[in-house]
Amino acid sequence: MANLKEVRNRIASVNSTQQITKAMKMVSAAKLRRATDAIVQLRPYASKLKDLLANLSASLEDGASPYLQEREPVRVLVVVVTSNRGLAGAFNTNAIKAANNLISEKYSAQMKAGNVSIVAIGKKGHDFYTRRKFNVVGNHNDLYLDLNFINASKITDEIMKGFVNGQYDRVELVYNHFKNAAMQFLITEQLLPVPKPEKNEKEAAKKDATPESQVDYILEPSKEEIVEQLIPKNIKIQLYRAVLDSNASEHGARMTAMDKATENAGELLKSLKLSYNQARQAAITTELTEIVSGAAALSGS
Amino acid sequence: MTLEILTPDKKVFEGEAKSVTLPGNLGFFEILNNHAPIISTLNDGKLTVKGATEEVFFIKGGVVEALNNKVTVLAEGIIHK
Repeated sequence: MANLKEVRNRIASVNSTQQITKAMKMVSAAKLRRATDAIVQLRPYASKLKDLLANLSASLEDGASPYLQEREPVRVLVVVVTSNRGLAGAFNTNAIKAANNLISEKYSAQMKAGNVSIVAIGKKGHDFYTRRKFNVVGNHNDLYLDLNFINASKITDEIMKGFVNGQYDRVELVYNHFKNAAMQFLITEQLLPVPKPEKNEKEAAKKDATPESQVDYILEPSKEEIVEQLIPKNIKIQLYRAVLDSNASEHGARMTAMDKATENAGELLKSLKLSYNQARQAAITTELTEIVSGAAALSGS
Repeated sequence: MTLEILTPDKKVFEGEAKSVTLPGNLGFFEILNNHAPIISTLNDGKLTVKGATEEVFFIKGGVVEALNNKVTVLAEGIIHK
């Protein structure tokens, strides 16, 4: 039978752990709300930009922007978005695993030649790849301290510069896409060169039907220059959206993980209390038998 | 005309305006009511909205679209008001 004092101590410690996980769940819920708000805020900008770009670039030829240039992928950069903190279930592990899968499946030749670089956004991924002696470029763990578009663009600027300079021939992005608090999907997408939009006939027909595409815009300074400016913006938005998504997913994952932890702590407490009461009962029973048998022995003499 | 100023972080302005002055790539210009459809890129600089009151924003680059009395400014950021 378990020692009474020992069980009492364990109950106390499980209780305080449960309080912590409960508090963490609340905090994550609040942060999740803010993170999803940020995604919602981004949406009108992103969709407007996409409309404009689609309107303008439809008639533009290839090679208008250096970011569209398709090259043999000799040097590859993988951008892995993780979080700075753990205790979020399999959130970080999943992102890292997906990135590793991508490297081993698609870029194993480049990996052998040592031509795979990593940009890790978030401490967990950064630590993982530095420990394994990957070529990790820069340190972007501070982004989460002040997550806004301008700070995220700084990272994208570096990546785009590297691509134009020929430092990387292809840039892939791995992150957790936010579906809802309980569900995250891992997404692997190509950031650079910008994938060609699938020229869908149905879509083209639809576009012709809407009057908007027939509007004769005044374009300043010129169509080419506008598109040239819009494409980098779109790339920045893509990365920013990935980081926002990942951020929301992190809080969602942590919320569910902490919810489970609180639940498990509750179950543990229940069984601990049961064994505590059993031990207490047993102790009382032994004491009673001792007293009764002692009294019986006395009266018998 | 209705004016919308959007940044990736938030919607900065939405509402009726009489005119808006923008830091275009080819110099400052103003959009009034019934402006012809235009798309123009913008530099960093001062954006002035005249409506019921006058509001000034300092934007960080972007693009503006005006169509059917609906003006949309996509700015990369607002440096300060």
